[in-house]
Amino acid sequence: MPLTSDEAVKKSETLADPMCPQSFRVESVLRETHDTFTLNLQPAGNAEMPRFEPGQFSMLYVFGVGELPISISGDPEQARRLAYTVRSVGPATQALVSLRPGDWVGVRGPYGKPWPLEAAHGKDVLIVAGGIGLAPLRPAIFHVLHNRDDYVRLIVLYGARSPGDLLFRKELNAWGRSADTLVLTTVDYGGVNWRGRVGVVTTLFRHLRLHPDRTVVLVCGPEIMMNYVVAELEQHRGVSAADIYLSMERNMKCAVGFCGHCQYGPYFICKDGPVFSYQQVRGLMSKHEL
Amino acid sequence: MESLEPILAQHSFFEGLDAEYLRVLVGCASNVRFAEGAYLFRTGEEAGHFYLIRQGRVALEIYAPQRPPIVVQTLEAGDILGWSWLIPPYRWRFDARAVEGTRAIALDGTCLRTKCEENHDLGYELLKRFVHITTQRLEATRLQLLDVYAPHV
Repeated sequence: MPLTSDEAVKKSETLADPMCPQSFRVESVLRETHDTFTLNLQPAGNAEMPRFEPGQFSMLYVFGVGELPISISGDPEQARRLAYTVRSVGPATQALVSLRPGDWVGVRGPYGKPWPLEAAHGKDVLIVAGGIGLAPLRPAIFHVLHNRDDYVRLIVLYGARSPGDLLFRKELNAWGRSADTLVLTTVDYGGVNWRGRVGVVTTLFRHLRLHPDRTVVLVCGPEIMMNYVVAELEQHRGVSAADIYLSMERNMKCAVGFCGHCQYGPYFICKDGPVFSYQQVRGLMSKHEL
Repeated sequence: MESLEPILAQHSFFEGLDAEYLRVLVGCASNVRFAEGAYLFRTGEEAGHFYLIRQGRVALEIYAPQRPPIVVQTLEAGDILGWSWLIPPYRWRFDARAVEGTRAIALDGTCLRTKCEENHDLGYELLKRFVHITTQRLEATRLQLLDVYAPHV
């Protein structure tokens, strides 16, 4: 049964315990594609809004259904709102995207290591996203656009399954019109009426002239796609493994490095990640059954 | 009339190619244009050319009975289109449709095959370049086949 506003406020006052969710009210639910929605959440009452860094995630608790790790997809400079872009693929995500404005959600976090945006100061930032992987990268794109003088070029390569699966299409167009910014999109399967590009995300690299010595790459998408992307970057574009960062995904439960559900070799994804340099995880990514 | 030699020389596909070979290639090259919706070629037709796309976008399509054509890839400015001219029986294996008005340089395959037979060094240079493109497209097709963005619970 959903919490009342008073109950929600009371819950939000117990933040000291990392396992205790803070209550957030659903402000709006935006349909991005046929199966993907963005939830905008606000803290209950006058509760403090947690600050987050691009690349971090929260644990979202749908009361009575379950808790899910979801990356924050909103603008880090939005002081009173947390945005999460969720693809409905199972009962818990379906319950999450079925919430309506005014409903309550439990939020723990934000957690995890963010994208290393300071390490990219004075350099080109290359973002490579696949599918829903654009969501965790979106705050990094906002950050670069808000702090444009700190970076040189911003390049966004984005691949989706089909034209109907492309997320944030209006924003992609708007970002592409910004100074020193290049946005290229492609889809794996395009119908005959689609006038855009067809081909996997790695085919977009042929349109770029990279400066490998001054480029930091942020990659998020299905792990197999990331494998192809890093191979292209390292073997054909001369980018060093230390300059490539990936957001990894495993079954996160406690989100604070206690339970071990998200163990990945010597790391816990929730605490040591989700963002890793490729140098850190290269050996793990090629290990079967990890 | 505009010489095609500097255009070929600047194209990444011909990077590092001997000037002598470039002159041979120019002898087999011509400018072509295709209106939006026009087919550059269709499956089964004789593969008489390959194309350096200079402007526009081309969709490679596979015809499937009782359903719309399947677009497997698009190519655009800077891309090379077609290698069937190099491999017997020299027939196109797919359709190529101009998604928008497209300008290209067409290289005559029959002319090139003759030149390559006469000069195996030129033939080997071209083969190396086409094998590179074929490999890239094979890898891309493998990734496409994996359907990595499909939902899985």
